[in-house]
Amino acid sequence: MSRVLYLLPLLIFAVIAGYFTIPILTKKDPRLLPSVLIDKPAPGHDLPALLQDKPGLGPEDLKGEVKLVNFFASWCGPCRAEHPILMRLAAEGAVPLVGINYKDRPEAAIGWLRELGDPFGRIGVDADGRAAIDWGVYGVPETYLVDAAGHIRHRHVGPLTGKALNDTILPMVEQLRAGKG
Amino acid sequence: MIAEIGHYALTLAFFVALAQTAVPLYGAARRDRALMAFAGPAASAQFLLIAISFGALTHAYLTSDFSVANVAENSHSLKPLLYKISGVWGNHEGSMLFWVLILALFGFAVAAFGSQLPDSLKARVISIQGMIGLAFLAFILLTSNPFERLDPAPLDGRDLNPLLQDPGLAFHPPMLYVGYVGFSLAFSFAMAALIEGKVDPAWARWVRPWTLGAWTFLTAGITLGSWWAYYELGWGGWWFWDPVENASFMPWLAGTALLHSAIVVEKRDALKAWTILLAIVTFSLSLMGTFLVRSGILTSVHAFAVDPERGLFILGILIVAVGGSLTLFAVRAPALKASGLFAPVSREGGLVLNNLILSVATATVFIGTLYPLFLDAMTGDKVSVGAPFFNATFVPVMIPLLVLLALGPLLPWKRGNLRVAVEKLWVSALFTVVVAGGILVLSDEAPLAPVLGFGFAAWVAGGVVTELAERIRLFRIPVGESLRRLVKLPGAAYGMSLAHIGIAIFICGATGETNWTRELVVVAKPGDSMTLGQYELVLDDLSRIQGPNYYSDTATLSVTKNGEPFAVLDPERRLYPVQQMPTTEAAIRSGIAGDLYVAIGEGNAADGIIVRVWVKPLVPWIWAGAMIMVLGGLFSLSDRRLRVGAPKRSAKRPGGPAVAEGAD
Repeated sequence: MSRVLYLLPLLIFAVIAGYFTIPILTKKDPRLLPSVLIDKPAPGHDLPALLQDKPGLGPEDLKGEVKLVNFFASWCGPCRAEHPILMRLAAEGAVPLVGINYKDRPEAAIGWLRELGDPFGRIGVDADGRAAIDWGVYGVPETYLVDAAGHIRHRHVGPLTGKALNDTILPMVEQLRAGKG
Repeated sequence: MIAEIGHYALTLAFFVALAQTAVPLYGAARRDRALMAFAGPAASAQFLLIAISFGALTHAYLTSDFSVANVAENSHSLKPLLYKISGVWGNHEGSMLFWVLILALFGFAVAAFGSQLPDSLKARVISIQGMIGLAFLAFILLTSNPFERLDPAPLDGRDLNPLLQDPGLAFHPPMLYVGYVGFSLAFSFAMAALIEGKVDPAWARWVRPWTLGAWTFLTAGITLGSWWAYYELGWGGWWFWDPVENASFMPWLAGTALLHSAIVVEKRDALKAWTILLAIVTFSLSLMGTFLVRSGILTSVHAFAVDPERGLFILGILIVAVGGSLTLFAVRAPALKASGLFAPVSREGGLVLNNLILSVATATVFIGTLYPLFLDAMTGDKVSVGAPFFNATFVPVMIPLLVLLALGPLLPWKRGNLRVAVEKLWVSALFTVVVAGGILVLSDEAPLAPVLGFGFAAWVAGGVVTELAERIRLFRIPVGESLRRLVKLPGAAYGMSLAHIGIAIFICGATGETNWTRELVVVAKPGDSMTLGQYELVLDDLSRIQGPNYYSDTATLSVTKNGEPFAVLDPERRLYPVQQMPTTEAAIRSGIAGDLYVAIGEGNAADGIIVRVWVKPLVPWIWAGAMIMVLGGLFSLSDRRLRVGAPKRSAKRPGGPAVAEGAD
């Protein structure tokens, strides 16, 4: 009996290690792909508006122009860190921004935008995180580049950086706009 | 040329590590003194070689040698000197090199100061230390060479992430790493003890100072990181529960448990297998903390995918290190016999409970941090676990620990009487009721959280004072005699009291900040004024300043408190052109009662800028409490009985007064 007890830490560790290793070794891990949805239509959800004077997000709203869709939450630290960059994008009018507020209390999210500024053209509320699951969001913040046809073209995990924007995202936006993407 | 010397020294260090691992281990098995004696010189050579290598990389940063890829990617010729230096460890390759440098330093320390250790134990500890070094030197040389050259060399570098160009963060990683890597010695000692099949009080007396030192540095490192987040990220938060922070917090929690259980091994010769297991777990979590965060698996799975070679290598090291040590544990630990028996209600019992709670807390953070990955691997579902999860689980888990914290130190070893101990705490209980009642009367809305927070802080503080009073027999012997006893208390006694009172102070700060913060967000133009609580702020001026490698929009605000001039604050927004990254430099006026915190956001003089003002009561107490815990660690380290090499000396007089009164 007591021998089994001493074996227990090893067994627990084996289980944990297995969960990490097996998907990687068998290459079945969807996380190893940038997103399973790349070049597929973005999931259409009807997301209610967060603010009274700003529209929410319907299934058709993602079509028409190239845009960035940003998942954010007021309780998320890295979202704070990336926010100045979103504000700058909005100020420069570089690319339209759509916000999806993830698993948040509406009053907290509204206070957050009031405090830090609101860079978004539309904000949809994803209170139960169902939309985020369909988008394949791993954790907030996460940003998707969606083309005029409503297809996801690029996924950025974690806070946006100036480097990622200048080296990858903005050039892709230009390309998509020129119709070459 | 110098970079090549660095690379060469590192390669040489790898082969020295190979010999350092194999020869002493074999020698210890064969009881061959000559082979065991090889351990010391090998550890010294190892340290020297890695130091040369680290020096070479530092040289490349100082001279802005952009033909070295690592320097070109992370530095810039205009960067201030301090950040050229901190840039050395501010990136993946450099930080790995720094990590093995500290590892080798600890191995060297055992060689240099371990003359009183039994030969075989010393040889085995250094050998295990070499084995860890071997794995990471291989990792650096095969996947993360910091000395890679660029041809042609770029004219200038890409600069360090501006958020990291900050004095607080310059010293945060080294502190953290000394903490992380410090636990490697506890691990090496645990492995060596399992191989020897012997854990005794002398072993624990050896392990404790190293663990305590590592814990002290880790505490300081985490504190510095939290302080940095508070003033640099510009929104006044001090703990996000994000994976990177959790990764440093888990080894801290496990290390705290280890510190306490090692006391039981030392004083009572019990809890041996458990202490060994904790040493393994603590270092495993440290490994995870350093490497999984660095590799990016926790924050963004992408980094892992971008460089699967690195990720797999690290995973391989982790599996071999943790799996191997736990296998050794499963095979050898059942043979470790405890001699000290104790009743459930006793000092030992209290420490066991302390360990249980800290373990549950560690598991809670572990699950919250890794659950998204598990769920993803099992079902493909994606979730994000944020602050709400941790606040709802971690805080309730810690509450029993706070109750116990006042009680435990009052219980005697071996067998205690709960009623006697509880009765000693009546002053503490009264103090708690008074404080909680006072808060209840003072606060006008949602008083539950502050009443609980300050109540527990009062209880802990009362417990610490009670314990000290018991120790010096206050009011039971003449006061002068008590004072004499107080002065003569051993360093470890002060250490424990300080560390515990630090917790009380920390709780006050965290409670005050969380519950009483008031904030104001306005759009203001020069000349506008705003009011928050007792403060009135006037935006005097808005100007653009050119820094060494950034532009800054600086606002000047004059602040009056209750009509009296109070301060002039100048928050900034900086733009670092090389990385196209804006940062916030908040202006903070700190006082013992709290902070006035001002940050500016988007805007210009014509349309107005966003000004955010916070009044954050008691917030400096958070870091003050943590630094007092660090001070407690230092005091304990200064205790003669805990000093390296002390085991033999104090073993000569086990029943002496100093030992009987020891702080535990």
